[in-house]
Amino acid sequence: MSKFSQKIGGSKRERSAPGEPMVWFSGMWLAIGILMIVFLLSVIVVNGLGVFWPKAVVQVELTEASEAGWKQSQYFAGELHKTQVRRVGSADGEAIPEIQLFVGNRDVYGFGFKFIDEHDVLQRTFPKGILLVERMEYGDLIAFPVKLQLADGKVIEAGDQGFDEELQRAVQRASDRRHEITHLERGEIGRVNQKMERLKMRLKKTELKGGNVKQVAAETKLEQDELQERYEKMAAEAAGLRARQKEETFHYRLVTGEQGSLELGGVVCFYYPNQLSTWTKLGHFFSSIWGFLSEEPREANTEGGVFPALFGTFVMTLIMCILVVPIGVVAAIYLQEYAKQGLVVRLVRIAVNNLAGVPSIVYGVFGLGFFVYMMGGSIDSLFYPERLPTPTFGTGGLLWASLTMALMTVPVVIVSTEEALASVTRGMREASLAAGASKWQTIQHIVLPGGLPGIITGMILAMARGAGEVAPLMLVGVVKLAPTLPLDTIAPYMHLERKFMHLGFHIYDLGFQSPDSEAAKPMVFATTLLLIALVVVLNAAAIIVREKLRKKYSSGAF
Amino acid sequence: MNLTSLLPIAMQKETIKSSAQQDESVGAEVSVSADVAESPAGRPDYIKVCDFSFNYVPAVRVLHNITMEIPERQVTAFIGPSGCGKTTLLRNFNRMNDLIDGVSHEGKIYVNDQDIYDRNLEVISLRKRIGMVFQKSNPFPKSIYENVIYSLRVSGQKKKAILDETVERSLKSAALWEETKDRLHDSALGLSGGQMQRLCIARAIANRPEILLMDEPCSALDPIATAKIEELITELKENFTVVIVTHNMQQATRVSDRAAYFYLGKLVEMDDTTKLFSNPEQKETEDYISGRFG
Repeated sequence: MSKFSQKIGGSKRERSAPGEPMVWFSGMWLAIGILMIVFLLSVIVVNGLGVFWPKAVVQVELTEASEAGWKQSQYFAGELHKTQVRRVGSADGEAIPEIQLFVGNRDVYGFGFKFIDEHDVLQRTFPKGILLVERMEYGDLIAFPVKLQLADGKVIEAGDQGFDEELQRAVQRASDRRHEITHLERGEIGRVNQKMERLKMRLKKTELKGGNVKQVAAETKLEQDELQERYEKMAAEAAGLRARQKEETFHYRLVTGEQGSLELGGVVCFYYPNQLSTWTKLGHFFSSIWGFLSEEPREANTEGGVFPALFGTFVMTLIMCILVVPIGVVAAIYLQEYAKQGLVVRLVRIAVNNLAGVPSIVYGVFGLGFFVYMMGGSIDSLFYPERLPTPTFGTGGLLWASLTMALMTVPVVIVSTEEALASVTRGMREASLAAGASKWQTIQHIVLPGGLPGIITGMILAMARGAGEVAPLMLVGVVKLAPTLPLDTIAPYMHLERKFMHLGFHIYDLGFQSPDSEAAKPMVFATTLLLIALVVVLNAAAIIVREKLRKKYSSGAF
Repeated sequence: MNLTSLLPIAMQKETIKSSAQQDESVGAEVSVSADVAESPAGRPDYIKVCDFSFNYVPAVRVLHNITMEIPERQVTAFIGPSGCGKTTLLRNFNRMNDLIDGVSHEGKIYVNDQDIYDRNLEVISLRKRIGMVFQKSNPFPKSIYENVIYSLRVSGQKKKAILDETVERSLKSAALWEETKDRLHDSALGLSGGQMQRLCIARAIANRPEILLMDEPCSALDPIATAKIEELITELKENFTVVIVTHNMQQATRVSDRAAYFYLGKLVEMDDTTKLFSNPEQKETEDYISGRFG
């Protein structure tokens, strides 16, 4: 502030007249906005990453008077999730502190989480020997190990020398076999099934065309038999492997007294939560993040990983970009460079701008009606009549979802591309034209490269919107659980007609559609974090490319 | 006098190539140009402007019935106050004004005896014959090398030897070779203002145009850079017909052979530079030159 303002700032009225308080007012609202974003992000990051950090398992002993115990037992063990105060159910609104334990063992207890009033707790201990086992089914097991029954009949008691190592090896064996089974069923058997399906379709096609069905049946009979034989052989092999998964068992005792056994085929991993050093915790943290990213979901999506959803989101966004960017850019080139600027172009521009504001569910309905039923239905009746009434393209799928999203985001790309093209100076265009370049050559060599950063900005906006959108996708191809990825090793490798999973829908499904929302909560946070991270990564990649281009094509300050 | 004998070889080829319609218009030219085939400057005329008027939308006439001849391989300067139409006329020579919506013109302009508004003439081929340097230097955000060969690139020239040769020749002609020969593939945007403008000149002369149009090429440059460019213009007239628009009287006297004074869209006077500046025929010209005007 200068002398000038001091001089005229004599009276109060004069001081406020230039509007200096507006600086503080506008700054305050910006600060509030930033704070809210930071708060939101930190909640998601803390909760999302906290899921993977191994917690200690506390064993609580309940008082005699307590009614919280399980059957006759006075004990509970579990991960301490939170401490809070309840007023519900207490006399005259008195505040009762309580703790929430994740007790696991859902198969025995029927619940995963247990609230215990603080005054029911006699004492808390952290037993070193307690084991946490991540299972394929029923969530985690929290128990003391008893013994290990191996396939060769050998029995190792817990506490014996080498028990942990032997258990580790057995779990590894089971895990290897599980991969083998998946490989067999998804890969080999999948291929055989596909071939058999093709033979069947060929037969049906002949039938539809009124050809000689008997002859074709006879031709394919041999091949079919051979495939059937191969299938049976492999199915038997898989069944054998499955049987071996049950041979080795792990016996345990819960803190509440129940004894039980677990087939090692159902174990994902195990660790002693109260014996972990910071380093091993860190190792566990990263390996569970990796598992979350790379594995398939289990137990109605509440356990396991989110790889199919992550992959589906990524592929859908990518295909959407491939579709939307060329269409949007070419349309913008016409509007900005070729079209005679007048009333019609103004109206088109207004319409395009308004398209960006159409609710996304409308696009979903349009996509379902136009892409799925009309286009997909026509494709089916033209190219896949033998499969009807089972639809191939006539049902939601990756292609239709990507197209719907592309349609939804095309206004964003058009608007930002137009701005980018307009920002290329008249001087540049004139220089190019004066050098004897045609209009298209000028666009190609000068205008498009100059506008590229802006075009990429449009692409970033489109990606951010496309990756985060859920509502229209629910209508045109996203499912809760897709049995197969849209990309695999069976020709033609990219299956655009397949349904797919999406992180946004995954969050909705986990958080609001799962029977045990408490159990799904960690996954909701982790998936939300992942979705945000995916959008950030996609955007960051695009921004890096844009900055490189900007450096290359930046107009001088001259 | 046989008109064709005076034409440069390139133009003779053009004439042979041209269509029947073209022949018709050549016939028309002879009638308008027979008496001015040899201009007062003692050289054949290269650009002839015949009763040319030009309007911007909505019906704003900026050029009124201009008639002038610009001789070959000489420097002709257009002078006059701002808004007098000298740049508009210059930009008509390579039809850059076509880019503006709603413009219209009357009268004719001949470049090398060819009507530039002839319907059969492709504007791109016209622009390839006419280089242009703009007031504000506008190098492309590409390397120095790519800037120079831009006109060859858009013509589809791919032979590296020719491109290399063009870059060296053009940069040497633009007196920029010594400064840039070691960094031809660096961005042109790293050059200084004066260098950028010389690069634009190199770009304009890369595919050997017949005419070089310069629209106040030194207005944004310091005196040293200006001196370099003026020196360059004097050298360039050996090979090119140069038309320069300038606000700088001294510059006009230094570089030009012929000078034309425009005022309010009219050509007031055109003569040899020495004569125009020392002994103008019109009172208005004298006022402007001596600074008594606006």
